[in-house]
Amino acid sequence: MNFPVLSVITFTPIVAAVLILLIPAERKNETRAVALAAAVFALILSCWVYFGYDQATAGYQFIERYNWLPALGISLYFGVDGISAPLVLLTGVVMFTGVLISWGDDHPHVMAGIQDRPREFFAFLFILAWGVFGVFVSLDLFMLFFFYEIAVFPMYLLIVIWGWAVTREYAAMKLTLYLFVGSVIALVGVLAMYWVQYQNTGLLSFDMLAMENAGFSQAFQDIWFLPVFLGFAVLAGIWPFHNWSPDGHVAAPTAVSMFHAGVLMKLGAFAALRVGIMLLPQGAQTWQWLIMLIAAVAVVYGAYIAFVQIDFKYMVGFSSVSHMGLVILGFSTLNRQGLLGAGLQMFSHGVMTALFFAVVGMIYDRTHTRQIPELGGMSRIMPFAAVGFIIGGLVSMGMPLFSGFVAEFPIFMGVWNVQWLVAVIASISIVITAAYILRNIRQVFFGDLPEKYEGHLTDVTVLDKVAIATLCLFMILIGLFPNFMVPMVEEGVKNVLRLLQGGA
Amino acid sequence: MFTSTTFASILPEILVLIVGMLLLIVEPFWKEEQRRNAGWLTAGGLLLAMVISLLFGQPGEPVTTLGGMVRFDWLGFFFKLLFMFAGAATALLLMDNEKVGDRGEAYLLLLASLIGMNLMAASADLIMLYLAIETTSIPLYVLSGFMLADEKSTEAGFKYLLFGALTSTIMLYGFSLLFGFAGTTNLYQLVDLFHAGALSPLVALSILALILVGLGFKASVVPLHFWAPDVYEGAPTPVAGFLSTASKAAGFAVIVRLFFVIFPDPQLELAHDWAIALAVISAITMTVGNLLALPQTNIKRLIAFSSVSHAGYALIGVVALTQLGAASVVFYLAAYIATNLLAFGIVMAFSRVTGLEDLKDYAGMSRRSPWLGLMMLSAFLSLAGMPPFAGFVAKVFVFAAGIQAGYLWLVIVAILNSIIGVYYYLNALKYVYLYRMPDQDEESHPVPMTRPYAIALAVLTIGVILIGTVFAPWFSWSDAAALNLF
Repeated sequence: MNFPVLSVITFTPIVAAVLILLIPAERKNETRAVALAAAVFALILSCWVYFGYDQATAGYQFIERYNWLPALGISLYFGVDGISAPLVLLTGVVMFTGVLISWGDDHPHVMAGIQDRPREFFAFLFILAWGVFGVFVSLDLFMLFFFYEIAVFPMYLLIVIWGWAVTREYAAMKLTLYLFVGSVIALVGVLAMYWVQYQNTGLLSFDMLAMENAGFSQAFQDIWFLPVFLGFAVLAGIWPFHNWSPDGHVAAPTAVSMFHAGVLMKLGAFAALRVGIMLLPQGAQTWQWLIMLIAAVAVVYGAYIAFVQIDFKYMVGFSSVSHMGLVILGFSTLNRQGLLGAGLQMFSHGVMTALFFAVVGMIYDRTHTRQIPELGGMSRIMPFAAVGFIIGGLVSMGMPLFSGFVAEFPIFMGVWNVQWLVAVIASISIVITAAYILRNIRQVFFGDLPEKYEGHLTDVTVLDKVAIATLCLFMILIGLFPNFMVPMVEEGVKNVLRLLQGGA
Repeated sequence: MFTSTTFASILPEILVLIVGMLLLIVEPFWKEEQRRNAGWLTAGGLLLAMVISLLFGQPGEPVTTLGGMVRFDWLGFFFKLLFMFAGAATALLLMDNEKVGDRGEAYLLLLASLIGMNLMAASADLIMLYLAIETTSIPLYVLSGFMLADEKSTEAGFKYLLFGALTSTIMLYGFSLLFGFAGTTNLYQLVDLFHAGALSPLVALSILALILVGLGFKASVVPLHFWAPDVYEGAPTPVAGFLSTASKAAGFAVIVRLFFVIFPDPQLELAHDWAIALAVISAITMTVGNLLALPQTNIKRLIAFSSVSHAGYALIGVVALTQLGAASVVFYLAAYIATNLLAFGIVMAFSRVTGLEDLKDYAGMSRRSPWLGLMMLSAFLSLAGMPPFAGFVAKVFVFAAGIQAGYLWLVIVAILNSIIGVYYYLNALKYVYLYRMPDQDEESHPVPMTRPYAIALAVLTIGVILIGTVFAPWFSWSDAAALNLF
C-alpha cells in the first residue's frame, strides 16, 4: 500500500480548518501562519500527484478505496485521471496564492487582506477547499456529490461576511440559491441513475467506474442528460444560468473570487463532464447541438458584456463567463481536440482568472474604487502587478506562447470539425476579448495617475508578488512547453472518447 | 411468564422508572439552591440506562412479550435509545432555565413522558398504544405550561392540552372501529383486515385517516400543525425542543410501525391508495411549513415551522413503504433529533443570558460568542440539508427511497422546498455572522455558557457532524430497525 496521497490531500484542508478554529481569535498572525503552512503542504502534495501521475500507464491512478456504507454501495473511492490531476494541481496553486493574498497589509492607507476575524475566514475557506479537492478526486458518485455540496455553503458565508458591503447580501444569497438549485436537480438525476443501474445490473453501488457499464437505455439518457449536465453546469456559469456568477465575483473578497472563478467554476464543468457526459454519453450525443448552442452564446455574449463593463471586477467576472463558455463549448464537440482544449482551458483559465482577481483586489484595496475610468497609471505604483496582469491578459486573448493559446486553439479546431459556423461565430469573442483587455490595460495601468492618488498609494507586498509570480509561472510554462500538460490531458480525453463510442 | 426476554423487552422503561424514583427520593433532601442538580442526576441516569440497555437489553429476533402488548425488536429499541438521548440532553438544558430547572417535578415529568414514549415505540397492541400515547402526552401538557407566572407558557400548556385531547379522542374512535371490524386489538393481526378485502377501501382509508389525526398531531403534520408554533413559543425552550424532537419522533415511531405492518406489500391497491394520500399530506406539510417559516421573526416560531416541514420530508420514507423507506425515516429522525435539539439548545443558551428570542437579537452573536455561532451554523446548515452535517445524508436517503418507490414528483416537491429552506436558514445565519449589535461593542457582551449547556451543546454538535460524516453505523442501525418490519 502506497502513501494515501489523495485522502491526505483531501483531508488536509479540513484538519487545518479545525486547527485554525482552535487558535484564540486575537492571534491573527498565528492563524495566518497555520493557514499558509497547510496551503503549502497541500500545494506540495498536489504537485506530487501531478508529477507522480504516470502518463505511460494512464487511467485512474493513486487509487484508494474504503467502504463507507456498504449497504448502499457508498465508498470513499479516490483516484485521478489525466483530466482531474491538473485540476488538483490548480486547486493547490489557487489555495496557496489565495492564502498569500489574504494575508493582509496593515499599512494605514491599505485595507488589504482579511483583517476582520481571519480565523473564521481561513476556516471557511479551507472547508471550501476540502469540498473542491474531494470532488476532483472522488470516483464515487455519492461522495462526489457530498463534496460538491460542501463546496457550496462556505461561499455564502465567505461572501456575506467579508464581501463588498454594497451587494454582498443579495449576491451571496443569489449565488447560493442558484448553485443549490442546480445541484439538487442534478441529485435527482444521480439517484435515478443509481436505481436504474440497480434494475439493470442488480448492483447497488455509487461507483462511477461501474456505472459506466450500467447499460442506461437511450431513452433514459435522453431524459436525464440535460438535468444532470445543466444542473452541474450552473456552477460553471453556463448561459443562461450565469447570472449569479458575476454578481458573486464582485461581492466576494479577493481570495474568494480567486477560488470562485479559479476553481469552483471548474468544479461545475468537471462534474458536468464526469457525471453528465461520461456516464450518459448517448444523451450527450442527443443534446450535443443544444449544449453547443448555449455554450457559443455564452462565449460571445459573455465577452460582449465584459466589453461594456466599467466596473473592473464585473469585467473580469463576465470574461469568466465567456471563458468558461469555451470550456463547455469544448465539451460539446465530443471529439478529441475539443475535449483536450477544454481540459487545458480549465487549468489555464483557472490560473489566469485567479491572477486577474488578485490584481483587481490589490488595486481596489489601495484606490477603493473599481471604476475603470477613475483609474490610471497603476504600472508606476505597482509594476509587478501590472506585468502580471498583462501576462494574464495575453493568456486571456489566446496569444501564442501562453497557456491560453494552447487551450483555445484545439477547442476551435474541435468545433470546426463539428460545425464550422459555430466556430466562426465563437471566434468573434477573441476579437472582443482582445479589445476589452487591451483597452483596460491601457486605461488602468498606463496613462496618467489621477491626482488624488498621487503619493497615497503603495506597491503590493512581497507576499502578493510571490502569488503573482506563481500564477504567471504556470501560464508561461504551459505556453512554452505544452508537453507539460497536453499529453496528460490527452490520456484523460481518450477515456472519455472510449465511453462516447460506447466502448467497454 | 417473566422470562429474561420479557424483562429485557421493557428494560429501558424499568431503568427510566428507577431514575425517576431515585429522583423522588433524593430531591426533597436537597436544599433549594442544590435542586438544579436533579438535572445532572436525570441526564446521568438516562445515559447509564442507555448503556445498560445496550449491554443487556439488545433485541434478537423480533418477539412479542407481555401478553402481546409489547413488541421487542430493533425498531423499538433504536427509538428508545434516541428518546433517552433526547431526554438526557433536555434534562441538561432544563437545568439553568429559570423557574423550571430548580424544581424536581420538571425532571420527573420529563421521565414520565419518556416512559410513555418508550412504550409507544414498542407497542404491539392498540390498547397499549393508547395508554402509551396518553402517558407521553399528559406530562408534556404540564411541562408546556410549567411557568405558571408566564402567560404565554400557561396558554401554551392549555392549548396543547385542548388540541391533544381532541385529536387523541378522534384517534381512539379510529381504534374502536378497528377493533369492531377486526375483533382484535393486536397490531400484527390487523393485517388480515386490510389484506383480505374484508373492508371496502373507503371504510379502511377512513379508519386510517382517523388514526392519523392522533399520530399526525404528535408528528405535527399539516393540517394538525397549528398548535406547534404557539406551544413552542410559549413553553420553556428545552421543553419545546423535547416536543419538537422526541415527541415528534415518537409519533413517527408509531406511524412507521402501524403502516408498515398493515401494508407489508406496497403493490396492493389499498396500500397504493394510502401511499398516495400520505404523499399528498407530505407534500402539503413541507410546503406549508416552509412557506410559513419564511416571514417569521421569532426564532422559536421559525424553528417550529421548520420542524413542521421536516415532518413532511420524513413522511417521504413512509410513503415509499419499502425497507429503504423505513430505514431512511428512522435515520432521518435520528439526524433530526440531534439537529433540532441543538437548535433549541442554542436558543435556550442565548436567551438565558439575553432574555431575547427575536431573530434580530441574534445580530453580532458570532462575535459575542464564536463557538455558539459555530454551533448555530452546524444546526442550521444541518436543517438546511448541507454536508458535512447530519441533515444532508438524511435528506439524500429519504429522497433515494422516494425515487426508488417511484414518487419522483414528491421528491421534486421536496427539493423545491429545501430551496425555500436554504433561504430562511441562511437568512438566520446572516444575523449571527454579518449584522452587528446596534451601537454596541460585541466583545463586551459575551454570551457565557454554564457547564450543562456547554456539555449538551458540544455533544449534540459532535453528534450532528458524526451522523453527517460517519453515517455507516447509524444507517446500519436504522436498517436493522427497518428489517424488523418485513
